Amino acid sequence: MTEQDPLIRNANFKEVNLGLPEKVALIEAERCLQCRDPKCVAGCPVMVNIPKFIQLLSDGNLAGAAQSLLADNALPAVTGRVCPQETQCEVECIRGHKGLPVAIGYLERFVGDWARGHADEVPMPKAPPTGKKVAVIGAGPGGLTAAGELARKGHSVTIYEALHKPGGVLVYGIPEFRLPKAIVEAEVARLEQAGVKIVCNTVIGRTYTLQELRAEYDALFIANGAGLPVFMNVPGENLKGVYSANEYLTRVNLMAAYEFPRADTPVLKGQRVATVGGGNVAMDSARTAKRIGAQESIIVYRRTRKEMPARAEEIHHAEEEGIKFEFLVAPVEVIGNEKKWVTGLKCVRMQLGEPDASGRARPVVIPGSEFVIPCEVVVVAIGTRANPLLTATCPDLKLNKWGNIMVDEQGMTSLPGVFAGGDIVRGAATVILAMGDGKRAAASMDAYLRGEPVITAEAGPAVPA
Amino acid sequence: MHKIVSKAVLSPNVTRMDVEAARIAQIRQPGQFVIVHRDGAAERIPLTIADADAQAGTITLVIQAVGKSTKELVALEPGQTIADISGPLGKPTELISSGRALCIGGGVGTAVVHPIAQGLKRQGVSVLSIIGGRSKEWVIFENELRALGEVQVCTDDGSYGRKGFVTDAARDALTAGGIDIVYAVGPVPMMRAVANLTRPFGVHTIVSLNPVMVDGTGMCGGCRVEVGGQTLFACVDGPEFDGHKVDYELLMDRLTTYREFEQESSRRCDDHTCRIGLS
Repeated sequence: MTEQDPLIRNANFKEVNLGLPEKVALIEAERCLQCRDPKCVAGCPVMVNIPKFIQLLSDGNLAGAAQSLLADNALPAVTGRVCPQETQCEVECIRGHKGLPVAIGYLERFVGDWARGHADEVPMPKAPPTGKKVAVIGAGPGGLTAAGELARKGHSVTIYEALHKPGGVLVYGIPEFRLPKAIVEAEVARLEQAGVKIVCNTVIGRTYTLQELRAEYDALFIANGAGLPVFMNVPGENLKGVYSANEYLTRVNLMAAYEFPRADTPVLKGQRVATVGGGNVAMDSARTAKRIGAQESIIVYRRTRKEMPARAEEIHHAEEEGIKFEFLVAPVEVIGNEKKWVTGLKCVRMQLGEPDASGRARPVVIPGSEFVIPCEVVVVAIGTRANPLLTATCPDLKLNKWGNIMVDEQGMTSLPGVFAGGDIVRGAATVILAMGDGKRAAASMDAYLRGEPVITAEAGPAVPA
Repeated sequence: MHKIVSKAVLSPNVTRMDVEAARIAQIRQPGQFVIVHRDGAAERIPLTIADADAQAGTITLVIQAVGKSTKELVALEPGQTIADISGPLGKPTELISSGRALCIGGGVGTAVVHPIAQGLKRQGVSVLSIIGGRSKEWVIFENELRALGEVQVCTDDGSYGRKGFVTDAARDALTAGGIDIVYAVGPVPMMRAVANLTRPFGVHTIVSLNPVMVDGTGMCGGCRVEVGGQTLFACVDGPEFDGHKVDYELLMDRLTTYREFEQESSRRCDDHTCRIGLS
């Protein structure tokens, strides 16, 4: 796929990947072997019928390809951009055994974008109204997916969103250069056209309790996402210039701080920015820092490149854009000046020891290896804890020891008719896993609402949380 | 969309607005706040719910216009709308159920004390309010608080009520005895002074903190404060905390984080349109 030049794009917020031209997409589609037992589908958390939409695409039937893709995946233009295809569908592709796998992600994106531009040609199929009312809590990827599926089945769906804009992590977290906001807006508009009602500025647990919603609706899906950011718990973390990645990205993405003073919300820039963490959120933060003017944007990660949970493409893009990586390094203190502004991040060097519970080698401190990374801004991107606002108002809802909501194989919580999915169940995971949860829960909810036994086979295998 | 129903200037830069927000008006409790987002490019600003009329479906916001965002907010006229209001957020005030409470309000903080006094009165608690400002024109919510109990007014310059700080009057009240709890809301140095004053009297003191916030739901952690050596988020763990345990220096320092940005915004704002509506 064509990309913006790294040294130009690292100073703007326009999309990095420029998409495939139609001709190239059609040629790439022909590479699909149309396997009888397609392993790629099994690798997809929402079980997109990949050979089918690619076949229709290579036939030149773009509307057919779009229809087929949208029947399996409510947000293809989003997942075509943010899914870790290299560990899901593409890794399973037979073509990949000898040479490159079919570029399933790029083709998905191509068809998703085509569908966005040709909304009239791919109307959302809709079943006759069932008379059942469903509420979805959270307008992020999990909630939007569930809402789309439920609306298609003829249920009346209302989404409650805490922020002033729908999209969840797609609008506050993932930066414009990776997922343009216009795409999210178009996907949301498509749902609204299908009859989904979205109510913003409504915090469940505060504006309404879960019990109030239960009284009002026939079934609920909780997808309120990751919550409170985790900090490092080291001295100096409350100095001016230390951000959680959530705050940093929300300021820049949702509140458009990169356009300050045209937008009112500011963000501290800093000549040098150190981002702590090795996931996609850390990559997004470090690349954002570069774009808003940091001379040096450094990722600090306590293991090696191999253990980084970020997508390969994000790491690659970050490197191209001049992001520096400090591997096997762990922060021990944020250093500040007399005015309490951040001036550096004191770190120690690590070496890999025995594997820990997660199977990854445990980093061990090298004695006497302390050093300081000079910086004015520190972004902490090491994960989130479950948000307690909703669960605190509903003591009957069973939680695990980390405060995440517990669900059964059908995605149902300990409360009948109340389902949950995404980060509030899994802890911090990915967009596509949340969407898979949304799709599975919607199928279970549909069965529940019809009074049928809850079967989830059509929605794909449950991915362990 | 939330229509502004009425507006009144309470003191030179403090404006009261009654705004439509039916659900919040119905269920808000003392101590809770809302996040207000005027429109597209505006900031999200936390504002305490100073009062509410459940029947009319309106909430009362009291806004001190200090920067571009607040100036533009108070420039809105009745009939105009605020795009987004979310809430009620934060934990409700910990109210005592009997006895006598001292409510101390400084400047715009007096508006925050008001719903606390309302809640106490409803519980049957006797309320003494001590409120203050630089001079007479900065004293707000006096009549509203008089409806809930005794009120003593202090001004720095003696232009109204007792000359001196609210802490002077509070010291007398504490010395006289019979105060079971103190609620104090105002500028950070005032809350710190009150906490220092009440500590030797051993009277439980609750303060309401106003750090920088973005989402108000615990997601960003920008509003972190230290209470009793522990880092907490004001939006979900507060905004009210044990005044004897708050690290006020940290709060004051963190409140200066965006001062340069605020000055630039304000300068640009004053050069252009925001003067309209500010007399």
